[in-house]
Amino acid sequence: MAIRLERRLERSRQLEYLVPVLSVLLSLVVCAFLLLANGNNPLVAYGAMMKEAFGTSYGFAEVLVKATPLILCGLGVMLAFKMLFWNIGAEGQLHMGAWGATAVVMTGWEGSGWLMIPAMMIAGMACGALWALIPAYLKVKLNCNEIITTLLLNYVAILWVAHFIYGPWKDPVSFGFPMTKLFPEGAQLMRFGDSRVHLGFVFALIIALILYLLQEKSRWGFEVAVTGGNPKAAEYAGMSTGRNILLVMIISGGLAGLAGMVEISGIQLKLLKDISPHAAPYGYTAIIIAWLARRNPWGVLLVSILMGGLYVGGETVQITMKLPVNIVLIIQALILFFVLGGDILARYRVVFSRPREALGGG
Amino acid sequence: MEVDLGVLVVAILQAAVRSGTPILFVCIGEIYAERSGVLNVGLEGMMLVGAIAGFTAGFTVGNPVVGVIVAAAAGAAFSLIHAFVTITLRADQIVSGLTLTILGTGISGFFGKAMIGQVGPGFDKFAVPGLAKIPVLGTVFFQQDAMVYLSYVVVPIAWWVMYKTHLGLAIRSVGESPATADSLGVSVTRIRYGCVLFGGAMAGVGGAYLSLAYTTMWIEQMSGGRGWITLALVIFAGWNPARAALGAYLFGGADALQLRIQAVGLDIPTYFLMMLPYVLTITILVLASRASLRRRLGAPAALGIPYAREER
Amino acid sequence: MNVLTGIYLPEAGRIKIWGEPVQLRSPKDAIERGIGMVHQEFKLVQTHTVTENIVLGLGSGLARVGEEEARDKVAELSERYGLAVDPAAYIWQLSIGEQQRVEILKSLYRGARILLLDEPTAVLTPQEAEDLFTTLRSMREQGHSIVFISHKLDEVMAISDRVTVLRGGKNVGTLMVRDTNPQALSNLMVGREIKFETFPKPEKRGAAVLEVKGVSALNDRGLPGLTGLSFEVAAGEILGFAGVAGNGQEELAQVITGLRGVTAGSLIVDGRDMTHAKAREFILNGVSYVPADRHGVAVVGDMSLTNNSVLRRYREKKFARGPFLDFSVAADYAKRLIEEYNILTPSPETAVRSLSGGNLQKAILAREMTTRHKLLVVMSATRGLDVGATEFVRQTLNEHRHEGAAIVLISEDLEELRSLSDRIAVLFHGEIMGIVDAATAEIESLGLMMAGAKQAEVTG
Repeated sequence: MAIRLERRLERSRQLEYLVPVLSVLLSLVVCAFLLLANGNNPLVAYGAMMKEAFGTSYGFAEVLVKATPLILCGLGVMLAFKMLFWNIGAEGQLHMGAWGATAVVMTGWEGSGWLMIPAMMIAGMACGALWALIPAYLKVKLNCNEIITTLLLNYVAILWVAHFIYGPWKDPVSFGFPMTKLFPEGAQLMRFGDSRVHLGFVFALIIALILYLLQEKSRWGFEVAVTGGNPKAAEYAGMSTGRNILLVMIISGGLAGLAGMVEISGIQLKLLKDISPHAAPYGYTAIIIAWLARRNPWGVLLVSILMGGLYVGGETVQITMKLPVNIVLIIQALILFFVLGGDILARYRVVFSRPREALGGG
Repeated sequence: MEVDLGVLVVAILQAAVRSGTPILFVCIGEIYAERSGVLNVGLEGMMLVGAIAGFTAGFTVGNPVVGVIVAAAAGAAFSLIHAFVTITLRADQIVSGLTLTILGTGISGFFGKAMIGQVGPGFDKFAVPGLAKIPVLGTVFFQQDAMVYLSYVVVPIAWWVMYKTHLGLAIRSVGESPATADSLGVSVTRIRYGCVLFGGAMAGVGGAYLSLAYTTMWIEQMSGGRGWITLALVIFAGWNPARAALGAYLFGGADALQLRIQAVGLDIPTYFLMMLPYVLTITILVLASRASLRRRLGAPAALGIPYAREER
Repeated sequence: MNVLTGIYLPEAGRIKIWGEPVQLRSPKDAIERGIGMVHQEFKLVQTHTVTENIVLGLGSGLARVGEEEARDKVAELSERYGLAVDPAAYIWQLSIGEQQRVEILKSLYRGARILLLDEPTAVLTPQEAEDLFTTLRSMREQGHSIVFISHKLDEVMAISDRVTVLRGGKNVGTLMVRDTNPQALSNLMVGREIKFETFPKPEKRGAAVLEVKGVSALNDRGLPGLTGLSFEVAAGEILGFAGVAGNGQEELAQVITGLRGVTAGSLIVDGRDMTHAKAREFILNGVSYVPADRHGVAVVGDMSLTNNSVLRRYREKKFARGPFLDFSVAADYAKRLIEEYNILTPSPETAVRSLSGGNLQKAILAREMTTRHKLLVVMSATRGLDVGATEFVRQTLNEHRHEGAAIVLISEDLEELRSLSDRIAVLFHGEIMGIVDAATAEIESLGLMMAGAKQAEVTG
């Protein structure tokens, strides 16, 4: 018996929405077996994760804290993916953004109070954008595979940050820990109430709206979508693919850079080694988010908050149940695999065909 | 401190071969997958799965050879996900590969927790009688461990199969023009599954080299970007197994050099040195891209494109 | 024929070969039963040698390919059937005619007794086609059966013994060739009488819209693709371009629509020097373009008809609201196109990927034709369309000419060129061999020019 796929004329609408939901459930089921193999009760673990992330106001505030850099990186990656430019370098761009923002603080310039934060934002976005421009330029000029360049530049950016926090910028009184000194108050983003939710979350919401207008409604967004859908058609329509790649990557890298800036200015309050969680870095999760959100800005918002919940829940069970935090990565990847497979169901009909004995033999 | 330059160079070259070997295994496997038309960017994840599976098996049994075999099996089994999703379900190869990397990182970290801090069995260096006596080359190539010697066998065989046998011809045809191969009765699906699984097995072996020979322990995310570097080397090698060796040793050289310079204590900041392999790889990729732009040579024509018989 | 070669499975009925019922479940089955197939689009691996292509799939596993031995056998077969080709050459080095010979050799090498040819002459010059017929006749004499699929009646009449007419997947009649005539066959094909008409041409031509002087350009391989082209197209004129595929047609269309840079010469559109202008400026200066590759170039398959209808017009004020695209205006426009051109689609929001070939071509033509243009470049406008759609497209082009558009019509169909064009230029290896008056052009001399003879040699 062979499996064949037949293209549906119309995509199935119900499946379009059903697939992500089923994928989440299925991935939790598969992951349950891993937990069982590890000697944990999956129901207890999932319960604890849910309760911590979405059951308490403190927990939910933490979810929004995690979601903030995810939304920003996710939006940037989304725009690049819309054009089928495989920017998987958000992690490096985030690090460069954090570095750029820190550089402003490290000049020792006090600014005139309110100027400090905008200067850090501009520096962060500029560094992220410049970092993203390297692979964009190499792609446009030399057709260099951007998957490889964006990814390898992540390693370089992380080492670049490491150089500064182990070296020139290291706080002399940090007891050997690789980190800068605490940022002055003027360089810290405003927080809301007692929570750690900071102004960066508001930025993320505003930028989601801007990207919605830009990507879905503007003529430039149309160019991006056409280029992603069929680069040759874009050329045929007189669009400048090279220029658009550069523009898209400036925005994409700039947003990841801003994510780095708000993370250190709103949460860490200094530049240090693991700006982004080692086990499931924001820049990589952003790739999953952009894909799960089907490259839609509101989808990015929603999926980022869900992923934020996964982070918070994962950290909780790591502490309370001694579960490896890698469970977060596994669930993320499984969801994406199920969505990839499920999308096929939405687009194709699966036909099981048996060799037809009756036909040829008569 | 006085350093004999000649001895230093030979030592760096010897280390270059060692550093290059895991990448060489992975590269051979990926060349086969890509030649059949399937891009697998999940090398990093498959290496990690191979590394932890190999280490766990080797540690449990106390025999590194068992470790390598298990690593190959684990890598192949893991790559089966990619094969199914991209070949049978025709999903996007890049997204599937990226997800494979994320999943591999997660799974290896999850199951690796118990192995952290353990020291496993490893492959020791031994000199090949006779050959090891050749000046310079003998030391560089023939005072190595068994897995390095294995790679000396694998590379020529991989080259021979690719260019001289019917299987190789079928693989290359499937990657260039699956419709042609299909019209002549070559099973595109079977060839692609085979190549992806072989690629997974080789990535597993490459990962096992890291945990059973290069070091004898498990460290989280110990592949350190080698999977991504390999992707660049495949392009550099022009999808030719023989040229893969050159690329792998070049990268190995950069890796060995930066470690050695750190050890000697030259006044170059450590973290800048550590960037060397990555920056070198990007440079190599830039040069390879320029060359292919000029000569109009490139990837297999059907690379990344799912094959469906009914559709045009 | 995909059923006969085992690519599609039959849903009903049976197939007998040499009187024996067979099941053809895979291409391999078909090959084993001695069925060989030459597809319209060749199934060849461009980067491999002739011999490698021929022996592909004939051995398995780690068996050596043994190119030397195979080469001898290939040479012997080419000798026997008059199929000259170098067994060691790479496919990309071969002409289209030679590639077709490789396809035939591939079948013969496998011992094919029955050969299926799908529109084999569509890509050949008349002289190459004559060579092919010689080979086919020699095969017939040596006992092979040949199925020759073609819509060109004169060829069918020239080469076959018996003819079967298919319409809408049904057999509407099998006749002995000696008992029938082209008119009877064409009536069977369309089910009603059609007349081969020549469109009336306007009395007077307008001013030159497109002036091309000494233009050269490179092809995708970076080699000279066009060399020293010079011609003019006037308002109200159709200039046809004939030539065997791959002789610079694609490059020519791209050069005069701004999609390919020129290395020498000058281009003037409506009095403006556009030699180094970008595609966008061509569009804004009133140049419309219907490319040959409909799915690959002309549309974005996953986008709706609405989006595709403004693909080249989204910059116009009409569709803009500030920096935004007015999708409701675009949707109205798409509805208008659907109505005027009778495009069959569930809705304007349907992805164009699901349109049939004819409807897709109508949608592309509709978009390009309703744009206010001075110059219209059309490539392979009717390829693959049914008779009704073809007639419609030709009518529309004719109307546009009468309304004063300058039209460049690039086609491999000589009949179409002769019936529509005012003048016909012949391309060979990226050069114009000559430009002749369509009304007086003879197929013979066009054929010689398509094979590389200069106009002066043909007429002089």
